[in-house]
Amino acid sequence: MGRYALKRLVQGAITVWFIATATFFAMHMVPGDPLASDKAVSEKIRANLEAKYGLDKPLLTQYGIYMGNLARGDFGISFTQENRRVNDIIREHFPVSATLGILAVVFAALGGILWGALTALNRNRMPDIVIMLLVILGISVPSFVFAALGQLTLVNINNLLGFSLLPVAGWGTVAHMLIPSLVLGLGTMAYLTRLMRSSMLEIMNSDFVRTARSKGVPAPRIFTHHQLRNAILPVITVLGPSIAVITTGGFVVEIVFAIPGLGRYFVQAVQQSDYTVIMGTTVFYGAFLVLMVIIVDLVYGLIDPRVRLE
Amino acid sequence: MGMSTTQVATEESFSRSAGKQLAVYALAAVALLALLMWLLNLLASLTASAAGSSTAVDAANNTITIRLSEEPPQLDTTLLTDSVSGVVIAHVMEGLLRYDQHQRLVPGMAERWEINAEQAVFNLRDALWSDGEPVTAHDFVFAWRTALDPVNASEYAFILYPIRNAEAINRGELPLDALGARAEGDRTLVVDLERPVAFFDKLTAFSTYYPVRQDFYEATGGRYGADADQLLYNGPFTMESWVHGQSLDLRKNPRYWDRERIRLDRINVAYIVSDANAVLNLFKDGKISLASLTAENLAEAMEQRWHINRFMDGSVFFIEFNHRPDRLTRNRNLRKAMLLAQDPNELVYKVIKIPGYLPGESLFPVFLDGVRGKFREEYPAPEHRMDIARARQHLEKARVELGLDEFPPLVMLTGDNPVSNIQSEYFQAVFKKNLGLEIRIDRQIFKQRLDKMTKGQFDMVLAGWGPDYNDALTYGDLFASWNLNNRGRYANPEYDRLVGVAQGSLDAKVRMDAFDAMQRIIYEDAVLIVNYERGQAYVTDPRVKGIVRRAVGAEQDYTYAYIDMDG
Amino acid sequence: MSETTFSARDFESVHTDEAVQVIARPSLSYWQDAWVRLKDNRRALFSLYLILALLAFTIAGPWVWTVDPQTQDLDQISRAPGPAAQATIVAPYVPWDGSTLAPPGTGLRLAEPATTQAVRLLWEPVEGARGYRVYRNLFPIGEERAFGLPLFDILDPLDTSFEDRLDLKPRNYFYSVVELNPDGEPTGAHQTIEVDVERVTTLEEAAAAGLVPEGAELREGDSVELAFHPLGTDYLGRDMLARLMSGARVSLFIGIFAPILYILFGVVYGATAGFFGRWVDQVLMRFSDFVVALPFLLFMILIRVASGVQPGESGIAPLVIALVLLGWPATARLVRGQILQIREEGYVSASRLLGAKTGYLVLRHMIPNTMGVILVTLTFAVPSAIFTEAFLSFIGMGVAPPEASWGSMCNEGIKTMLTYPHELIFPALFISITVLAFNMLGDGLRDALDARMRGTE
Repeated sequence: MGRYALKRLVQGAITVWFIATATFFAMHMVPGDPLASDKAVSEKIRANLEAKYGLDKPLLTQYGIYMGNLARGDFGISFTQENRRVNDIIREHFPVSATLGILAVVFAALGGILWGALTALNRNRMPDIVIMLLVILGISVPSFVFAALGQLTLVNINNLLGFSLLPVAGWGTVAHMLIPSLVLGLGTMAYLTRLMRSSMLEIMNSDFVRTARSKGVPAPRIFTHHQLRNAILPVITVLGPSIAVITTGGFVVEIVFAIPGLGRYFVQAVQQSDYTVIMGTTVFYGAFLVLMVIIVDLVYGLIDPRVRLE
Repeated sequence: MGMSTTQVATEESFSRSAGKQLAVYALAAVALLALLMWLLNLLASLTASAAGSSTAVDAANNTITIRLSEEPPQLDTTLLTDSVSGVVIAHVMEGLLRYDQHQRLVPGMAERWEINAEQAVFNLRDALWSDGEPVTAHDFVFAWRTALDPVNASEYAFILYPIRNAEAINRGELPLDALGARAEGDRTLVVDLERPVAFFDKLTAFSTYYPVRQDFYEATGGRYGADADQLLYNGPFTMESWVHGQSLDLRKNPRYWDRERIRLDRINVAYIVSDANAVLNLFKDGKISLASLTAENLAEAMEQRWHINRFMDGSVFFIEFNHRPDRLTRNRNLRKAMLLAQDPNELVYKVIKIPGYLPGESLFPVFLDGVRGKFREEYPAPEHRMDIARARQHLEKARVELGLDEFPPLVMLTGDNPVSNIQSEYFQAVFKKNLGLEIRIDRQIFKQRLDKMTKGQFDMVLAGWGPDYNDALTYGDLFASWNLNNRGRYANPEYDRLVGVAQGSLDAKVRMDAFDAMQRIIYEDAVLIVNYERGQAYVTDPRVKGIVRRAVGAEQDYTYAYIDMDG
Repeated sequence: MSETTFSARDFESVHTDEAVQVIARPSLSYWQDAWVRLKDNRRALFSLYLILALLAFTIAGPWVWTVDPQTQDLDQISRAPGPAAQATIVAPYVPWDGSTLAPPGTGLRLAEPATTQAVRLLWEPVEGARGYRVYRNLFPIGEERAFGLPLFDILDPLDTSFEDRLDLKPRNYFYSVVELNPDGEPTGAHQTIEVDVERVTTLEEAAAAGLVPEGAELREGDSVELAFHPLGTDYLGRDMLARLMSGARVSLFIGIFAPILYILFGVVYGATAGFFGRWVDQVLMRFSDFVVALPFLLFMILIRVASGVQPGESGIAPLVIALVLLGWPATARLVRGQILQIREEGYVSASRLLGAKTGYLVLRHMIPNTMGVILVTLTFAVPSAIFTEAFLSFIGMGVAPPEASWGSMCNEGIKTMLTYPHELIFPALFISITVLAFNMLGDGLRDALDARMRGTE
């Protein structure tokens, strides 16, 4: 187990290095000038700016320098927020995204497993049909609509009550997180519900369940020990990447609810060709994702004895 | 194949008991969730500011809460470029002169000043930095040298060019101490001018002219203005805290020289949010005291019986043509055809629909001063009437001149904001309908668009220009052939000559005549198509009075604001 | 236990009847069987019809509803669904400087009848005022003194006329003129009138829009029926129905084609990794982790640039390529997980023992058993591809304007969600129907393909 984890970590580091390399060269190949500004600047100043950010050197040299700094954990200085270090940006904003993301994933996983099991148990009956229609609605309406509607509902409730039940936007307390994380987790919840239902149905008709039943194992025990436990496996498989996707994909929710997360820095950086922030956030998220995948694989091995960690 | 009834029965009882089990799990999950929330609450209270809970107006603490649309990239005045930073910096710092609530220039750090063709002399008042040290003339000299130092690559260095040798220093041709600005003692600042400047007093209100204290600047180790404690204040407020992406806390500065004027004790910038609906929702929830309105939420604002205001932010938006030799749009008749085939009134009144927007008539917006009154009243813009028949004649002439059988598609470069999206699609249809021209819309994200503008990869670009200082020259010199911001590379010796006159003359009449000639050339030559002057509709909390909004300088100014609970 | 005796008869073959050996029902291959059962599934069949209907809407629709999706009807911007509107024909707009003959009366009044072309107001100069601010409201002025939209500041006490042309709708408005004090601040002294605005158009506009019936001779004052928009219009007055039809082409193509491609790839990739395991699995899955972590937007731009799409042209091909190249890892991971599990199942081992080849094992046992999960993924990939296209179009990476897609219509509709909900609801509805159809078809397919489901029906 320990050796396996170590091996995966080494592989993970190599993966991250690949990610950094691919992103670095892609970023430089894409048109767009990180030093372009609303006000045009003279050649001289431009040359100075290039020197300041090391853009005057050959690309391979730049790559070497960047990798050297990266190895020391230094992401450099942002192009758009000229006096701010990328390390600071990540350090200050990632915890916000992570908090929101964790809550969203918890909502999504709990909801998904719950609704999914419920629909499978009531296959083709009323609860199944209603929940499935909601799921379809949940995935075919863009998330910003839910974000906007969620916020609007909050305002109207607050206005009706005459005091602020929950804050409309901003960041600071759990009250600020509830609605945004629900909205953020909605898509994943719908997906997990659907996935859970499908895998539950498969398990319900499998041999070992039939065997267990004919052996006379009590129904609750079959449900928890045979069905739920096995049906949850595909859910856990996608949960790893989902955590990363949710934490990076919080852009829309962060914008609408005025949440100072890393998501909007990540998206804006690409739009602004802010090289150091693109690299910093991509590498950081890449490492985060790889780590999540490793953790999920380890957990998977613990839950499912059939999967050998090799 | 059917199931036997007994099977159905067991099936149902099974699903029932499994359902019960599920309910137990659900309860456990809720309990777990509650625990998690409690933990998160603890965690969040460690990282976040306490700003979240305040309301728009807090009379007991003499505090108002507002929002900013973006996070200031940084607050180093020598590097500052954007308007949001401009708003913040105008509350915490002060230059030699400043604008008051009626847009008049009034004394700031300078008590008295005298400007002639060669020299400007400023006598500084007894003012203190937020750490108790006096503000001296050296601080100004240091700030200006820093901004001009080519190593720092300040984008706004050009605004200091009227000072002697500034341009040469910025190009790296002269050393920093060659700058024609010197401190005579701590209280007298003498500035030698490169050439006579009719508006040098107005320039000194601009943020690049603000003072910076050398010892503090150097002590920050390159992080000047990056955080609340990395900046020194000499303005009406100081910044108590700055939580990036989230909040800024401004407190009345007890060391500000004119502290009697400041009536608020605290300005709480509790939100950094740009989404229009989110802003309106915050306002509706009583969390912020000012909110901008979009065309879509005007009806809501009326229904809520809010007091709606409007102001013009001074920006002019236009279709800029590419005048480079390899472009069809170099042809005057083609440009003229397009100019005559559109009506800015239709764009503003039917498509944009926001009160405050003004259909564009001239590059020089209505707020600019003329000789005595307003420039646009003294020198009306060239009259424009949409005339499709004439437009088609011009187009035919252009086709013959260019030797074309028919026109290839023209590329219209545009940004990715909602208004320019609508605008570009509108013009695409207009030019197709009225001239049969096909327009391809090249929508680009911010830096890519700027890159393409600089490289000239467009036939037309939807662009805009906001004022840096309160003089028509801030717009007029945009199309001088030597101006790097002239991205369409329009070059006309006569226009250049007029810009020269406006730059060098001190006679208001001569200068205004030159600007009038410029606006005529722009129309006759169809250098660009003016679309609109941008306005804003906004609502304010009725209990907050004295909020100033303006085109030049900080566009939101709360230094005159006060709370009046009878509102 | 009694004693039993056997005779020779007891050991004779029972099966003398040849007919027993004949298989009564035709032998069905796995896929034939699946098809039969799919046809029996009512919901799956319904979803098939639904998809056919969507295709008909997309392909045949533009022949039935021939309105051009790009024509901007600026007189009917953001019009709600409903019957055609009537408009009165008036003379073309002529600028007004306020100096026309004032109609009799005093106070705030109309200089001429109010129309959607312009509302012209006149009033008397007020002693001591620095100027006037003109407001327009949708509601009567109440206690709050909320006058509505400030339209203009007039800074000349003798200039007592105003022309409003801003977004006039055929309804009633409350216009107020408020006096300004020397500082330019409103004093609160005001006059208000209620104005009923009539919908008008000009002969020229009506002719250009093809609204004048053949052979009819229309004059000013006559009434004409404006263009009919059954599902209303968008923010530039373009016909929603026509745009939904033309947008369907883009959205259905991207929403169906791209996911099918990348899920197919993901299945093959994941199956390979899961089946072979060991170092093949390790290498393949690390590569998939790598792809997941790449910033999508950046590589999308790169692919678009590499494919040589000219500025302002629609780049659907690079979009599909990017979606395929970057979208498969989730499916691959999911399928691999399932395969790992199935690999250990008894029937697979049995089949292997019976000498089944690798290809047979994968195709006959593994893929069909992961079908449920694959189809779920497909269902979800459809809307996500549609919205990715919408986001990319917004930043100029997808479909070039004026072409429409459901996703970009949603994007635009969100802004007017409260005032003109139809601009959001219709495209969202179509996306929902598409997703619903695929969801139900997926369910049906799963039931039909899943071997374990056979005994239960």
